[in-house]
Amino acid sequence: MRRLPLNLWIGGTVVGILLLMALFAPWIAPVDPLKLDLPARMQGPGGGHLLGGDEFGRDIASRLIYGARTSVGIALVTTLVAVALGLVFGTLAGFLRGLPDRAIMIFNDAFLAFPGLLLALGFMTVFGASRTGIVIALGLAYMPVVVRLVRGTVLSVRAREYVEASRVGGNSELYTMVRHVLPNCMAPVIVLATTMFGWIILSESSLSFLGLGVPPPAPSWGNMLSTARPHAAQAPHMVILPGLCIAMSLLGVNLLGDALRDWLDPKMRG
Amino acid sequence: MLRFVLSRLFSAVPTLVLVAVTIFVLMRMVPGDPATLMLGDLAEPDQVAAMRRSMGLDDPVWVQFLTWAGQILRGDFGTSIVLGDPVLPLILDRFSVSATIVLASVLLAVAIAVPLGILAAWHQDSAGDLAVIGSSTLLLSIPSFWMGLMLLLVFGLELGWLPIVGYVPFGQDAWAAARAMILPVVTIVLVEMGSIVRMARASMIEVSRLEYITHARAKGLSERAVMWRHAFRNAFAPTWTLIGLVLGSLLANIAVIETVFTIPGLGRLMIDAIYGRDYPLVQGCLLFIAFLYVMVNLLVDLVYPLLDPRVAE
Amino acid sequence: MQDGLIVRNLTIRPDRSPLTLVDDLEFAIPPGQFTALVGESGSGKTLAARSILGLLPQGLSPTPDSRILFDGEDLTRASAPQMRAIRGARIGMIFQEPMVSLNPSMRIGQQLAEAMRLHTTLSTRQIRAECLAMLDRVQIRDPERCLSAWPHEFSGGMRQRIMIASVMLLKPRLLIADEPTTALDTLVSRDVLDLMVDLTRTSGTSVLLISHDLGMVARYVDDVVVMEKGRAVESGRARDVLRAPQNAYTRKLVAALPRRGPARPPTDAAPLVETRGLSIGYPEKAGPLRPKRFRRVVHDVDLAIRPGETLALVGASGSGKTTLGRTIIGLERPETGSIRIRGQDIGDQGTASRCRARRDMQMIFQDPYSSLDPRQRVGPLLVEALRHLPGLSDGDRRARARDCCVEVGLDPALMTRFPHQLSGGQRQRVAIARAVIARPAFVVADEPVSALDMTVQKQILDLIRHLQDSHGFACLFVSHDLGAVEQVADRVAVMEAGRIVELAPRDRIFDAPEHPYTKRLLEASLRLNAA
Repeated sequence: MRRLPLNLWIGGTVVGILLLMALFAPWIAPVDPLKLDLPARMQGPGGGHLLGGDEFGRDIASRLIYGARTSVGIALVTTLVAVALGLVFGTLAGFLRGLPDRAIMIFNDAFLAFPGLLLALGFMTVFGASRTGIVIALGLAYMPVVVRLVRGTVLSVRAREYVEASRVGGNSELYTMVRHVLPNCMAPVIVLATTMFGWIILSESSLSFLGLGVPPPAPSWGNMLSTARPHAAQAPHMVILPGLCIAMSLLGVNLLGDALRDWLDPKMRG
Repeated sequence: MLRFVLSRLFSAVPTLVLVAVTIFVLMRMVPGDPATLMLGDLAEPDQVAAMRRSMGLDDPVWVQFLTWAGQILRGDFGTSIVLGDPVLPLILDRFSVSATIVLASVLLAVAIAVPLGILAAWHQDSAGDLAVIGSSTLLLSIPSFWMGLMLLLVFGLELGWLPIVGYVPFGQDAWAAARAMILPVVTIVLVEMGSIVRMARASMIEVSRLEYITHARAKGLSERAVMWRHAFRNAFAPTWTLIGLVLGSLLANIAVIETVFTIPGLGRLMIDAIYGRDYPLVQGCLLFIAFLYVMVNLLVDLVYPLLDPRVAE
Repeated sequence: MQDGLIVRNLTIRPDRSPLTLVDDLEFAIPPGQFTALVGESGSGKTLAARSILGLLPQGLSPTPDSRILFDGEDLTRASAPQMRAIRGARIGMIFQEPMVSLNPSMRIGQQLAEAMRLHTTLSTRQIRAECLAMLDRVQIRDPERCLSAWPHEFSGGMRQRIMIASVMLLKPRLLIADEPTTALDTLVSRDVLDLMVDLTRTSGTSVLLISHDLGMVARYVDDVVVMEKGRAVESGRARDVLRAPQNAYTRKLVAALPRRGPARPPTDAAPLVETRGLSIGYPEKAGPLRPKRFRRVVHDVDLAIRPGETLALVGASGSGKTTLGRTIIGLERPETGSIRIRGQDIGDQGTASRCRARRDMQMIFQDPYSSLDPRQRVGPLLVEALRHLPGLSDGDRRARARDCCVEVGLDPALMTRFPHQLSGGQRQRVAIARAVIARPAFVVADEPVSALDMTVQKQILDLIRHLQDSHGFACLFVSHDLGAVEQVADRVAVMEAGRIVELAPRDRIFDAPEHPYTKRLLEASLRLNAA
C-alpha cells in the first residue's frame, strides 16, 4: 500500500511522456531524423546537435524522438491486436466450452510451446522485416498468453456464486456473460496488457537490433543500437542513448504494471 | 507417483506433434517456391519441375508432412542450402556453445537471485528489501543487448580488462575460454536476476503469511528453522517453474547476446539462416529449440512433486 | 508467585495508529482449568490469544504496560530465545483451519517429531515411539503409515487430530485452541473436541479456548470471558454467564442461541416441488490413463415441498444436500429421475432455460461475499432481479427495489453502495432482497447463515421467517447446523451419503428421532436446550 502511489506516479509519468513523444514527434523533434549532416558524423552531444550525430551525422535527439514514435506505435498496435484477438478467442473458449474450447486451446497450446522470441522469429521469416511484419509476428506470438488468461478468468468467474445467482434469476447465458462475467474479467487483462506493452517494446527492439525488425533508415531504438554497435569505441553516446530510452520506458511500464496489479488485485490490497 | 510421471510424459507427445505441425505450416507459408529457392533464380523450368518432384512437393500436403516427420524422427533435418552440410550436426555443434553460456548463466543467476529474494521477503519493507526490489525492477527493465554493450564499453573498451569479441573453445585454451565467457554470462545473470528475485520474494511473502508458518513458530522453532525448513521449499515451487521458463526463453533469445559478443552459437546460426533465406536450416533451428523447450518444461514438471507433493495426486 | 496464566491490562495496537484492537483485557486461567474467550469476528479474541505466544502479525504489538504472566514469568518481557523455549514446550497452540496449518511439503512424521527434537533430549527411536503412541491415542488408524504420509492425504478432521497429537506430545501446561472445530462437520467436531478435552484432562493441561459459539463453549469450559470490540464485557463461571447474563451484549449473544420457534400448522396442499427417484452424479475428471467414471452423490431421492412450508435438508458436508438443492433450482442436471413443479415435469434443458422454467424460484447462497457481483451497486442489482417481471416501468422497478430494501431492514441509502462497502449481514440482506423481490413461490437457501456471526445469524433467520410469513413462499433450507434448522424448519429431511434416511416434522425429528444417524447428529450438535 505504501509503495503504490510512488509506483503509479513514476510509471504513469514515464508512460505519459512516452505517449506524448510518440504522438507529437514531428513538433518536438528539432530536425528531420533522416537529414544527413556529414560533418557531424559521430559527433558527441553538445556541439551542433543536442545529443550528437550518428554514423551519417543524423541528429540523434530527433532520431530518438521518432524512435519513440516507432517503438511505442508498434507496441501499442501490437498490444491492441494481441489483446483483442486474445479476448475474442479466450471468451469464445470459456463461453462455449466443449469442442470449440478444445480446438482453440490446441492451437493456443501449440503456440505457447514456443519459448520467448522464437515464434516471432519464425513469423518474421515468413513476413519479412517490416512494421506490418512485426505487428503480425509479435501480435500472434503474444496472443496465446492473453487467450489463456482470459479463458481461465472466464471459467473461474463463471463458477462464482453471483454468476449462478444471475442464472437462477432466469437471465440467459449470453446476458450473464456480458453483464456479470466479462466485466469481472477485465482487471487481470488490463494488468497483462500493461506488462505486455513492455514485453513488446523489448521484443521489437530485440528484433530490430538483430536486423529483423524496423528496416533502416527509419529510426527505431533497436536498429539505432544495431547500427551503432560497430562504432561503440569511437562514439559511445550512440549506444548509450537509445538503450537508455528503452530501459527508461520499460522501467516506467513495469512500475505502472506493478501499481495496477496492487491496485486492481484485492488480495494484494492492504 | 508413477501415474503422474507417465501421464506427464504422455502429455508431452501431442505438444511435440503440434509444435512440428506449426513449424511445418509456417515454413510452407514462406513466399516463393522452395524448389526455385534450392536451385537459384536462373534454373530452367524443367529443372525446377524435376526438383519439385524429387522434393515431393507435388504430393498431397499430409503425405509431405508425414514424409517430413518421418525424416525428422530418423534424425534427418535436411541439408542447409547455403552451407551445404546436413542441418542437425550443424545445430548440435553450435548448440554446445550456446548451452554452455545459458546453463552457466542460469545456474549463477539462480544461486544469487533465490537467496536474495528470500532474504528480502523475510525482512519485508526493510531498507534492504526496498533496495533489492528496486534494483531488481531496474534490472528487469534493461534490455540484454544494451546491458551487454554497456559492459563491453566499460570492461572491454574503457578498462580493457576483458576481451571484447570472440569465442574460444574450452578444449583449445580453457583460461581464454573462461575469460571470453565472463561478459556474456554476467550480462545474462544481471538481466535474468530481476524476474527470479521478484518471484522468489513474492512467493516467500505469500507463504510466510500462511498458518503453517505460524504453527511452526508456535512449536518454538527458531526463525532460521522456520524460514529454511518450513517456508523455503513451499516458496521455491513457483520459482522453480519460472526457472524452466527462463531457461527456455534464453535458448530463443540467446541470438541477441551472441550478436553483441560475436559468439558463434545456435542463435546466431539461426539469424544468419533467416538472413540467407536458408529455410531448411531455419526450420531445423526452430524445431530444435522448441523441442528443447518442451523437454525442459517436462523436466521441471517431473521434479515439481519433490517441492510440492500435492501435485502428484 | 502464582501459577497458571494471568493476563493484565492487555492492550494491542497497530504501530503508529490510534486504533485499539484489544483494550485493557484482564483474565486468569488457574492450572488445569478450562477458560473460553468468546466473541464475534472483530472482537479481538484471536489477537489476544496469539499475543500470549508472541505470535501477533507484523506491525501489531502489546502496549508497554500490558502484562502476560505465565507461571510467574512475564511473557511480554521475555527475550526471543526464552519465548522459543516456552512455545511448544510449555504453551501449545491449535489452529482453526486444519487444511492450512500443516506444512504441505513435509511428512507428518517429521512435523510431529520436530518439536520433540527441539524441546526434549529423547532419542530418535523414543520420539518415534511416542509419536506412534500419540497417533494411536487420537484414533488415527494406521499410525506407522501416517508418519510417512503427507498432510493432503488426510481429511480435515483427521488433520485436526494430527494437529492435536503434535501439540499434546509435549504435554504443555497451557493449550491455546483457536476455533479448533469451526471448519469441521458437526459429528467430527464433537469427536475432536472430546478428544482434546480428554487428552488435556489427563495431562493436567489448562486450556484457553477461542470461540464464537457460546453454546459449544458452555458444554466444555469452566470460565468464560465475553469480548466485544476488543473489550471484555463480561466474565465468570460459564454456567452463570449463560444462565443469567449481566451485560447487554452477552444477553444479545445468549438470545441469539438457536431456540425452537413455534410450530406452524401442517398443510396438505398439493406439493409445489416434487422429486421422484432423483439421482445426481458428476463425471470424474478423466486423464490419459484414467477412464471416465461417474461419481454419484445423490441416490434416488423422493421429496415433496408444499406451498409455504420450510423443509430443512440436514447432513454432513459431502452428504449431497447442497447438490440436491442446486439441482432442484436448476443449476445442476439430474442423472435420472424427475423434478416436477406444480405437477409439471421439467425436462432436460440447458442451465439457463432450466432456470427460466423456474422463474418464480430463487436461491440464497451461502457466502454473501461471493454471491453479489462486486461491480454492481445494490440498487441496480435489485432492479436487475425484476428484469423478467412483465409490465413494470423503470420507475416501478426502482420504487420496488427501494421498498424491498426497507422490507429486509436495509437503509435505502445503501442502494448506491457496492457490495464490498457493506458488512456481511448487510450483504446477506441484499442477497435475500434479490431472492424475494420478484415474489417467488419457492426459495432454496443454501447454508444462508453459516458464514455469519452468531448475532447476525439470528437476525437473518428471523428475517427469512418473517418474509415467509408475509409472502408465503416455500423454502428448502439446506444446512449442517441443527440449531438453525430447529429454529426455522417445519419438516426436516436428514441426508447421509446421498440418501434421505429420515424425513419427519421438526418436533418429531428433534424429540423422537428414529434413524441412528439422526440420533448421532442430534447428540453431537451442541444445542442449548440439550445442554
